[in-house]
Amino acid sequence: MAEQVPIVNYLALGDDPHLVAHECTSCGARFFDRRNACASCSGRDFRDVELSRQGELRAFTIVAFAAPGVPVPFVAGVVDCDGTSVRGNVINIEPDPEHVKLGMKVKLATYSLGTDDNGTEAIGFGFEPV
Amino acid sequence: MADDVWILGIHMTKFGKHPDKDTVDLAAEAALAALDDAGVTMKDMGVLAAGNLMAASAGIGQQLQKQVGQTGIPVYNVANACATGATALRTAIMAVKAGECDMGLAVGVEKLAGAGLLGAGGRNKSDEHKWEPHGRYGAVATVDGRIGTETMPGVFAQVGMEYLHRNQYEGTEFELFARISEKNHMHSTLNPLAAYTKKMSLDEIMNDVMIAYPNTRPMCSANCDGAAAAVVVSDAKLKTLDPDQRRRAIKVSASILTSDPWEEACQILPNVNTLTRNAAKQAYEQAGVSPEDLDLVELHDCFATAELVHYDNLMLCKPGEAVPFFESGATWRDGKTPVNVSGGLESKGHPIAATGIANIWEVCHHLRGEAGDRQIQGAKVGLAHVIGLGSACGVHILEKAA
Repeated sequence: MAEQVPIVNYLALGDDPHLVAHECTSCGARFFDRRNACASCSGRDFRDVELSRQGELRAFTIVAFAAPGVPVPFVAGVVDCDGTSVRGNVINIEPDPEHVKLGMKVKLATYSLGTDDNGTEAIGFGFEPV
Repeated sequence: MADDVWILGIHMTKFGKHPDKDTVDLAAEAALAALDDAGVTMKDMGVLAAGNLMAASAGIGQQLQKQVGQTGIPVYNVANACATGATALRTAIMAVKAGECDMGLAVGVEKLAGAGLLGAGGRNKSDEHKWEPHGRYGAVATVDGRIGTETMPGVFAQVGMEYLHRNQYEGTEFELFARISEKNHMHSTLNPLAAYTKKMSLDEIMNDVMIAYPNTRPMCSANCDGAAAAVVVSDAKLKTLDPDQRRRAIKVSASILTSDPWEEACQILPNVNTLTRNAAKQAYEQAGVSPEDLDLVELHDCFATAELVHYDNLMLCKPGEAVPFFESGATWRDGKTPVNVSGGLESKGHPIAATGIANIWEVCHHLRGEAGDRQIQGAKVGLAHVIGLGSACGVHILEKAA
């Protein structure tokens, strides 16, 4: 089986793909990128926490016009995963306001971005309707 | 508390396409006209603060001096995203307040006509060949379009949609936001300096090119060229000037700049709400006025979806009630709190670094009673607001001389 890499380092692959955040051990603030110190309390220690795969769509837009090379239309959104906000696309849905609704329940889903010249497969993520 | 600071002279160029002028020409046009409006010269200036975001490293301040007067004064070249103009003005105000000089000049200029979609870097074609992690997220591919959107119309669409979700809105979101744009385009018909001055019907707005739902093209700020400049003066110096200069001077009752405090989700979607509310609170307190006292407001409608949330953030309405406030007609030019009578960024245009001073120019124009056909009668107090993503928020409250 070809080697797999996640699109970003906060996506953990395996049998049960999920997102991982760096959580400040002092105040509990969560970040997806590495932080030198916590933006909320300036604490310097973090631990990795696994995020819920379930969420609620809190905001979205349907992008019809994007930079060259970005396929449109696509649905971009903010998903509240049990109190942690996650940015991601809403996938496996018709990209129109009749199907995409504020407050809809969604869950994490992964998909292939294709393989590179070395045969490595990149895996992306999005949120699909429950 | 330091003495009051006043705007002695102010000018904005026509916003639109200026193919025959470069940024220095536009900045010089605005600066010289602001000096003329103030009845002073470069020799009177003790400080110059200038911004040109798209060429932030070029030193627009010094470039401008070479066209209008190299007097050796300190120059501050500022960059603060879409709040660059307000930051330049605030820098000049701070220098005067600190007592370092008694007059200063602030200038903002941008050449943006035809710039297209802002915020999107596009995809590197070669990123499909080898998946290698880059940057703080270890991304193996461009994330724009794969993990949400980085384009401004999409980011601000989500800002507006998030507000509706938070406040349990159950109506037709697309039409609601399009109606805000309809208002601003109607207002622009009275502003000869606006980039676009055409009335647009609700149908025309909703059936125009979709950029990022619910924002169609006329619901997005117009990329264009333009410049604006202001001369500020200390209270003590103003008292020594001619009666006519004193009569037209506009008091800066509050000058505030904030950045966004950390909140959950601010790493996901820029939070333009809290820093605006914080700036507004400080501004009302500093000026000793309340939102009900405002005769007009120029706020940062970079997209129709953004205008709505700022009604609430600037406390023009009760918390959570931006929709009924708008639907009451309050923000039309004949309403209780006219908002963006200039036409706003959606029609007047948004030459980034000029915007934060042009908004102030609009308010001053009304307070001086010089706004012609679009004059808000008897205007005495106004507020100007800008947001730069990242984020920075500038709020100024201006008052007519007593």
